[in-house]
Amino acid sequence: MKSLFKNHAQELENNINKYLEVVSNSNLVFERDSKNYVKGNIEAFQDSLDEINKLENSADDFQKDIKYKLYKYMLIPEARGDVLSLLENIDNIVDHIKKLLLQFSIEGPYIPDSLENDFSELIEMVKKSVDVLIRCIRAYFNNISMVNEYVNKVHFYEHEADKIEERIKRKVFKNISLDDFSKKVHIRYFVEQITEISDRAETISERASVAAIKRRI
Amino acid sequence: MINALLFMSSGLFLGWSLGANDAANLFGTAVGTKMVKFKTAAIIISVFVIIGAVISGMGASHTLGALGRVNRLPGAFIVALAAALTVFWMTNWGLPVSTSQSIVGAIIGWNLFANMSTDLSVLSKIVSTWVLCPVLSAFFAALFFFILNKTIFKFKIHLLKLDHYTRIGLIIVGAFGAYSLGANNIANVMGVFTTSINLPPLSIGGLFTLTSTQQLFLLGGIAISVGVFTYSKRVMMTVGKNIYKISPIAALIVVLSSSTVLFLFASESLKMWLTSMGLPSFPLVPVSSSQAVVGAVIGIGLAKGGRNINLAVLRNIGLGWIITPITSAIISYISLFFMQNVFMMTVY
Repeated sequence: MKSLFKNHAQELENNINKYLEVVSNSNLVFERDSKNYVKGNIEAFQDSLDEINKLENSADDFQKDIKYKLYKYMLIPEARGDVLSLLENIDNIVDHIKKLLLQFSIEGPYIPDSLENDFSELIEMVKKSVDVLIRCIRAYFNNISMVNEYVNKVHFYEHEADKIEERIKRKVFKNISLDDFSKKVHIRYFVEQITEISDRAETISERASVAAIKRRI
Repeated sequence: MINALLFMSSGLFLGWSLGANDAANLFGTAVGTKMVKFKTAAIIISVFVIIGAVISGMGASHTLGALGRVNRLPGAFIVALAAALTVFWMTNWGLPVSTSQSIVGAIIGWNLFANMSTDLSVLSKIVSTWVLCPVLSAFFAALFFFILNKTIFKFKIHLLKLDHYTRIGLIIVGAFGAYSLGANNIANVMGVFTTSINLPPLSIGGLFTLTSTQQLFLLGGIAISVGVFTYSKRVMMTVGKNIYKISPIAALIVVLSSSTVLFLFASESLKMWLTSMGLPSFPLVPVSSSQAVVGAVIGIGLAKGGRNINLAVLRNIGLGWIITPITSAIISYISLFFMQNVFMMTVY
């Protein structure tokens, strides 16, 4: 009878909040490190590379703990599937950021100075889409009436990122003269990998929108 | 005593069936979705059904008594048996059935057999509550839906906090529902025996004394509990997962509204309070908890905009109001004939 009224919910709510903080920090690290790289601050970039590994591990730990508690204490039976799916998909964003930064470090793509501003703009737009996604997920938990507003914002930033992606690609293949064609292809690959983050954010926000409809009584 | 118990077996069977079926209305979604453990639900239902039956069971029982005072034990046995058989057969045929409506038909069958006149004013009062019960339940469900919806939006309650509050709410409301069920429906189970069985007052530890009727209701309450423990888990799983798949919060609204209706039709003190305030009071009549639940589900549907409401359900409820008492009255009449002429028992 004692366990009947025990508040496991509070414990789990705290863990979800901490998890979203880790995702938010990963997003900040993504912005800082990728900007460092495209601006040529390679030393600063390499020095802070370990940070994203720690954040990714921490996100994994929180996610496992949340999943375990949701099932162990039979919490939110109706919304459990949606919550786990949302959190797992957000975790994929953190994984992707880690992979991307590692690829920058290993492959060292050549970014011409003329593309520095375009890249910075793209990174900012992608970062904003993830920021709003996190707010969207928070709204799913405690203010479902706001979810759609955030979904629209994520959609807006994703669309802007797509436009910048296209602009960079056109510049790379038409305007910039590079001695090696493979360098152009390499830049295109990294541009796509960066934009992939906002694409994922958009997909997750749409899932949150559907899950929010299901949350209505 | 053994003789009396033997004759009461039909009523106790009705109690068992009530526990097996109607308890699922209270905790079906909660247990089906594993928000509340079956054992916890069963203990809560049993305790509160018995409390409700013993403390507040008298009111609705008086109304059934006014419809027909079944004055011989073999007669009471047949009346309860006819009601039980009607419930059993109609459930088997997949027809909507209510113990409350079945027992009324069986009593009328006894009235006809014993050449007793049926008080039409009492009968019309009872029948009007059958209609009023789901309507009122739908109204309460819509009202609670609006209140809860506004509260959740206004206070921006976190999904997990809401889950925690819902769990506690389901337990409290389930206990209230069990109390109301016991208070309202014990008359169906034991009401017909109150005239024919007279037990000496029973003092419990010198703290309080149970009258003959209260002892009968206690026995009926125990029969309901046995029904809950032995058979209701299966029904709960079906209700929770298959029949009307609703969210735990919607389940909370459904149980709260249907229990409120059952309480309104059972509480003598509420009736006295309303009368003393010069307000219209509710007649104390056993009503169908299942139909109250259906009414509440429809009420939520209406509050959401009236989509997806299955009119066939309403038609079936209406049909049940006619078919159930008629079937039960016929079975009662024929069985009384056999009891009197084949088993040579005095039934009135």
